[in-house]
Amino acid sequence: MAVEVRIPTILRQYTGGAKTVEGTGDTLAALIDDLESRHPGLRERLVENGSLRRFVNVYVNDEDVRFLGAEKTPLNDGDNVTVLPAVAGGS
Amino acid sequence: MLSIRRDLVDAIVEHARKDHPDEACGVIAGPEGSDRPERFVPMLNAARSPTFYEFDSMDLLRLYREMDDNDEEPVVIYHSHTATEAYPSRTDIAYANEPGAHYVLVSTRDDDTHEFRSFRIVDGVVTEEEVQVTDGE
Repeated sequence: MAVEVRIPTILRQYTGGAKTVEGTGDTLAALIDDLESRHPGLRERLVENGSLRRFVNVYVNDEDVRFLGAEKTPLNDGDNVTVLPAVAGGS
Repeated sequence: MLSIRRDLVDAIVEHARKDHPDEACGVIAGPEGSDRPERFVPMLNAARSPTFYEFDSMDLLRLYREMDDNDEEPVVIYHSHTATEAYPSRTDIAYANEPGAHYVLVSTRDDDTHEFRSFRIVDGVVTEEEVQVTDGE
């Protein structure tokens, strides 16, 4: 089951500069584990203590996974996953 | 150094004034690799807070898709501080994820004058840079 994943600039250091990579998994968590096997370091930037990091946005088919099931979001063949770090800050 | 047109500086300051006392935020996109800020994109502060800003997650997705389609990148990422100086806070540094961008901060703490400053934030290190304001298109 192949899923296309769009990687933001800041994380392309883990993908050899690639903008998109392919992975497999029937949930987002499984996909991230699969990506980690070929792109070590990536998981740590996305997940903390088993949950998605608060300031990393992940979308499945353009929907924010926070409203789908977070790291347990189910994936299907041909889905598109996009990762975007939040643009945030404060005084 | 950040080189930026006067009308874009004015647009950022106007946005910051309008949203005061909440923090205002947005992007100026430019052609990939050009380092030229060209397209002013004010964003909603989803946090609607005087001490925090965050782009709404769906707005963020749309913005990055749009920039991708136009072969643009976020040349400037701006936000305002409404009660403190125009210098990156610890939170700003922790969440700075665009090492290629100019991080512009505007302070609106004073009614009459504003501070407008630009920084690079790379791997947690802040470097202030000169701002050169240019005239015309």
